[in-house]
Amino acid sequence: METTNYQKFRIDAENICVDYNGKVALYDANLRLKPGQICGLVGMNGSGKTTFFNALTGFVNISKGKIRINGESVRSAQKDQTIAYVPQNEGIDSQFPVNVWDVVMMGRYGSMNIFRCPRESDSQAVKDAIERVDLTDHLSTPIGNLSGGQRKRAFLARAIAQRASILLLDEPFSGVDIRTEKLISELFIQFKNEGKTILLSTHDMIHVREFCDLVLLINKTVVAYGETSEVFTPENITTTFGGISPDFLFGPES
Amino acid sequence: MELCSFLTLDSFITDPLTHDFMRKALLMSSLVAAVCGFLSSYLTLKGWALMGDAVSHSVMPGVVVAYALGLPFSLGAFFFGVGSVALIGLIKQKSRVKEDTVIGLVFTGFFALGIVLVSKIKSNIDLHSILFGSPLGISLSDVKQTILISLLVVILLLIYRKDLMLYCFDPRHAKTVGINVFFLHYLLLTCLSLAAVVGLQSVGIILVVAMLITPGATAYLLTDKFDNMTVISVFSAIISSLIGIYVSFWFDLETGGSIVLAQTFIFLFAFLFAPRYGIFKLKKLFTGNK
Repeated sequence: METTNYQKFRIDAENICVDYNGKVALYDANLRLKPGQICGLVGMNGSGKTTFFNALTGFVNISKGKIRINGESVRSAQKDQTIAYVPQNEGIDSQFPVNVWDVVMMGRYGSMNIFRCPRESDSQAVKDAIERVDLTDHLSTPIGNLSGGQRKRAFLARAIAQRASILLLDEPFSGVDIRTEKLISELFIQFKNEGKTILLSTHDMIHVREFCDLVLLINKTVVAYGETSEVFTPENITTTFGGISPDFLFGPES
Repeated sequence: MELCSFLTLDSFITDPLTHDFMRKALLMSSLVAAVCGFLSSYLTLKGWALMGDAVSHSVMPGVVVAYALGLPFSLGAFFFGVGSVALIGLIKQKSRVKEDTVIGLVFTGFFALGIVLVSKIKSNIDLHSILFGSPLGISLSDVKQTILISLLVVILLLIYRKDLMLYCFDPRHAKTVGINVFFLHYLLLTCLSLAAVVGLQSVGIILVVAMLITPGATAYLLTDKFDNMTVISVFSAIISSLIGIYVSFWFDLETGGSIVLAQTFIFLFAFLFAPRYGIFKLKKLFTGNK
């Protein structure tokens, strides 16, 4: 096995391509992340951010290239509960009849038996996770009755309960209140100290500068990748967004 | 006066039970309703109403061919039910036609094929009972088959209850934690085909989709918990079946239509008076303004 070469990387994506029925969504993309690194994924809508996430979780198949998670295949990463995906608020059906406890418990499904009967340890993991995102008062609140921020925290708790070492977060800061934003950023620092690897997509430039050690700028392929301080330059950002200045894009919002 | 109406109500319920075919119809329809009701929670949450319609119509040629060949009708129905879905997927992928159009044209094509086949293989097939159901004339071999299929579907749904719920809610997460989403997709389709097969005996091919979505939709308006939704769905389906059969017995109405109408009325009731999601929000009426 090629272990020695890959093991030091949590995520090692090499020249990956994804196409949907012949339509290319992502090509020749590379990404290498180590434990304890936080990487921002920045790009326009339709630039392949979600596709990148989908490739890493194995939700779509790559047509070319190679993905190694802890030196192993995506398939075994799924079996080992290595990757957790925290969806965008828009990506979930908020009217689905489940409550906070149910959602967080879904983080444990992969390690349960076929009937998904929670053991004592599962319930404890769920309880702890909910505590960490400060939703203990909302255990049995249907997700439809939560605010955007609370819902985001519930899904973050699901990732915590899963005990994944890699967290993929799709727009973790969009549509959340200040309290949630503060809590999420505190959690990021804790995760980093625990040695978790985080890849997050965001529209907010300030967040990238604030948390991300690394940044990956993409527009169907990698425009630039490296240390945030070096790569996150106005020129690169402008290229990523197809020539539109970042001030125009982000000025009024952030 | 009071006693008199009480007696009428009593005989309203017990009189039909003296007939063998009515007891059988009530039992079998309740079983079928329970199975379809169970499944309908998943179909309504997954947004597969149109898919349910497609599969249930597409089983038609399967039923006809199976009858003609002397095979169990469930086998033929299952084959064409799953086949229609595969064909829909194929055409959608290989052409620029939109999905709902593809679904519509595939299932009507299958359905038409079924009707043409019936006219060709006239002998012992009762088109009316396939189209509109015949819970009162169900044969013994059909009873056995229905019980077997129903048990199979219920067992599958019970085993994969939570996985299917997760699949409907967040397939991406399911995939990420190593759950076989591909398998769940086809499991749900298989159950859908099988439920359509048993359901069509009660209410017929044309209306069976109601059995597969209305109870779930009703339950969805009444609860915010998935397990409760399943239970309410099953119960409303069973009650509708009983009401439908009794009403059709006493007023000499088409049975399948009566069952579905009963479901529709229960849905309308929930739509108007559901505590939280109804138009009039019954809870508010009882507790005053707030």
